[in-house]
Amino acid sequence: MTQTKAVAPTAPASAPGFAIYVHWPFCLSKCPYCDFNSHVRDRVEQDRWRAALLTELDHYAAQTPGRTVTSIFFGGGTPSLMEPATVGAVIDRIGQRWSLDPAIEISLEANPTSVEAHKFQGFRGAGVNRVSLGIQALDDAALKFLGRQHSAGEALGAIELAARHFDRYSFDLIYARPGQTLKSWQAELDQALGLAADHLSVYQLTIEQGTQFATLHARGDFILPDDELAGELYELTQAHLSAAGMPSYEISNHARPGQASRHNLTYWRYGDYVGVGPGAHGRLTQDGRKWATRQAKAPETWLARVEADGHGTQETERVDPAARAEEMVMMGLRLAEGIPRRRFRDELGLEPEDLIDPVALGHLTEGGFVTLDADRLAATDAGRQRLNAVLAALLK
Amino acid sequence: MTDLSHIRNFSIVAHIDHGKSTLADRLIQHCGGLEAREMREQVLDSMDIERERGITIKAQTVRLTYKANDGQTYTLNLMDTPGHVDFAYEVSRSLAACEGSLLVVDASQGVEAQTLANVYQAMDAGHEIVPVLNKIDLPAAEPERIKRQIEDVIGLDASDAVEISAKTGLNIDKVLEALVARLPAPKGDAEAPLKALLVDSWYDAYLGVMILVRVRDGVLKSGMKIRMMNSNAMHTVERVGFFTPKAVLTGVLSPGEIGFITAGIKAVADTNVGDTITEERRPAAEPLPGFKPSVPVVFCGLFPVDANDYEHLRDSIAKLRLNDASFAAEAETSAALGFGFRVGCLGLLHLEIIQERLEREFNLDLITTAPSVVYHVYLNNGEMMQLHNPVDMPDPVKVERIEEPWIKATILVPDEYLGTILALCTERRGIQVDLTYAGNRAMLVYKLPLNEVVFDFYDRLKSVSRGYASFDYQIDHYEEGDLVVMNILVNHEPVDALGTIVHRSQADYRGRALVARLKDLIPPQLFQIAIQAALGGRVIARETVRAMRKDVLAKCYGGDISRKRKLLDKQKEGKKRMRQFGKVEIPQSAFLAALKMHDD
Repeated sequence: MTQTKAVAPTAPASAPGFAIYVHWPFCLSKCPYCDFNSHVRDRVEQDRWRAALLTELDHYAAQTPGRTVTSIFFGGGTPSLMEPATVGAVIDRIGQRWSLDPAIEISLEANPTSVEAHKFQGFRGAGVNRVSLGIQALDDAALKFLGRQHSAGEALGAIELAARHFDRYSFDLIYARPGQTLKSWQAELDQALGLAADHLSVYQLTIEQGTQFATLHARGDFILPDDELAGELYELTQAHLSAAGMPSYEISNHARPGQASRHNLTYWRYGDYVGVGPGAHGRLTQDGRKWATRQAKAPETWLARVEADGHGTQETERVDPAARAEEMVMMGLRLAEGIPRRRFRDELGLEPEDLIDPVALGHLTEGGFVTLDADRLAATDAGRQRLNAVLAALLK
Repeated sequence: MTDLSHIRNFSIVAHIDHGKSTLADRLIQHCGGLEAREMREQVLDSMDIERERGITIKAQTVRLTYKANDGQTYTLNLMDTPGHVDFAYEVSRSLAACEGSLLVVDASQGVEAQTLANVYQAMDAGHEIVPVLNKIDLPAAEPERIKRQIEDVIGLDASDAVEISAKTGLNIDKVLEALVARLPAPKGDAEAPLKALLVDSWYDAYLGVMILVRVRDGVLKSGMKIRMMNSNAMHTVERVGFFTPKAVLTGVLSPGEIGFITAGIKAVADTNVGDTITEERRPAAEPLPGFKPSVPVVFCGLFPVDANDYEHLRDSIAKLRLNDASFAAEAETSAALGFGFRVGCLGLLHLEIIQERLEREFNLDLITTAPSVVYHVYLNNGEMMQLHNPVDMPDPVKVERIEEPWIKATILVPDEYLGTILALCTERRGIQVDLTYAGNRAMLVYKLPLNEVVFDFYDRLKSVSRGYASFDYQIDHYEEGDLVVMNILVNHEPVDALGTIVHRSQADYRGRALVARLKDLIPPQLFQIAIQAALGGRVIARETVRAMRKDVLAKCYGGDISRKRKLLDKQKEGKKRMRQFGKVEIPQSAFLAALKMHDD
């Protein structure tokens, strides 16, 4: 396909868009903190997997005629382990089955090992116009703790290569690691700002059930910063990146103005998205109804089903109006921009007041956690920092 | 009908764990009341809760047939009585049905406070008392020392005490011989009008209410029309018999005999322990002396943990009352805990038993509020109200004075713990009445406000004496006290379930303890939470739960939505168990844990 020049999204600022997510479930090793659908396999038959992804795209294209794709995202697992030809074939097939927004954003998650970084040119050639690097930390001890395969030196090399091949790139950092102090984290953020282009994702380390960290943490092998310090680290992150011109547009995502990840905005703005590949989720609106799709999770199961049935959909479930409202608010309040009233009307046929407990809203606005005006419902900085509690109080 | 001279009626007086039930088992076995295959431990304690706690709640009776060394056959009626102070009145009626008692004392542990109280009651009932030293087979047994102690402390001649091991069966025959030889035969006139003591009653799912009786005069027969002389209720006797402990129908009970009757009675509440049963056609002139209606002394709120269980709790209380009429219950509403009942019981143990039976037999999960005693509130207009719920306290300006119940407590303790026990009693406003020594043990008699005892006295007593102190009490008198309602406020709103009546001198200490405890139990929320203890409008203790600093999922993308929504739904579901106080919601579990603070 012709290479798409990376430009900032030009569609209406708050349009949710229509996104396609492609899941590549394989990793060279499993990181101890990760609870994503990732698997380690000795060998992957790229041809079979390529064919299956294309087949599943065809299946969903038939269900979503007339839509214009605003973003594609290759996630995983480790999609930088895909052959560029596989990536290219997927992008081409999407272009054949749907129309593409001229400003389409095509992102790929990449690990910063030297092997993968040297494929960047190939991904660029296949049509990818943005990479998101799993840097996670900028010192070797932390990377070792996090079970990463790369060194800090390799990370710097990968960022350099990404900058050479892509106009837009982002990288992830994980903070609130054991032993981290406000001072050391600020220094790491400063270093990251020196390396960043226009986007950074900064996640607090959380212990997820079923991960290796869950076992180690329960056993007392390491201690995480307490709630107080975690709160201070979060506040430091917000203030420091904001002062550097990269405020958070979402709880853990920071960008220069106009450089937000268009794909992820679709999730948070509760737009429609197709999910293909093992364990991928989707949200599709058809005849005014919202459907949640979920693909078979185990890679081999998914592959066999696609080859037998033309798709690996495990479940298509109606999202009832109450759940739909809850999902939209839960996702939308993660964004600094909040949720425009128009979205409540378009998506739910309701005003925000119809969903919200007025007494709770009174307490939350008075407390400075939420604002509701003629234009939109939004969580303040303080509100987003405590969003779980805000949502539990706000939603009836 | 047995000849009066060949009947012996006896009860067993013992401290908990000194072997009363095991001795009863052996006596039954020795006399062949049950085949070996029918025996199980503590056969007389039929309720699970009795067997597990090693206590007797309901009186039970067994008729034993014993061929004595004199070649004659005797009928021995064993009355197994409840041993706890809460059931003091029931105990007194059981004792009134007998002529003598076995005093069972652990040969290494010696006399305990409960033993004392019960043996004095038996002496008051005019009993002949046979001391029995149990667990004589244990290496720690010191029979001579314990005999001296019985003589010193109780003032009872223990020189011919029977030394036994109920566990191995050693000398059980000597106990039986002592009963025959030393206890008096009952007296009674078979020709006189019927006079029978209502000893106890319980509900049987098949037979309805069963009444345990001791016939004094006259003959009780099936088909007879009877009248309860105090309640004036009339019934027709259906079944008449005795227990071996299996029920045996005889159709008749004669003077001196102990047995049971059924009379088509539906609820235990229709039978009053201590009442006198007479014949309708030919009534006795006077009832037996000593009847007292049962009066609850300790009250608390019982609330279902799950508000949906209220109806079930209501039905369960009604069913339990069929079986135990000695507790009172009325509906109560709490802003913090929802709908429930105010329950009045004979004492703290009784309260625990009621709660445990409701939870166990009716599968309920309950919250109990702090127990309260019955206060006499004298109003300026001359009226007196009985107050057993702090929320009912009238406006202080209308109150002239408040009186609270005091108890006379007996505490037996090894002297090394005496100092800490004295300090505890003083801290609880106790007034020493007596302090005497028997060997290395001190016997303390104190007057104490019951209010201080129901708070956590018993637990503290056990903990400061490492379990060596024993304690018993009886209600003594009412006395004016400087009593105030202490409210707990959460964000300036009172939590009704945590309100208590305290003596002004105790308010600071209790208030500080409670708010500190609540502070640790209430999770941080969006808003800071003020927890205060207040007397009227005056705050005496305050703690603050700081607002939460951060509570957000770091990562939430497309794939996560369904899972995260389910987490949110779960959180919302959890809110149903929260109570709203202004801007904050307090989990019910925090109140629950605060109410349990006396367990520590």
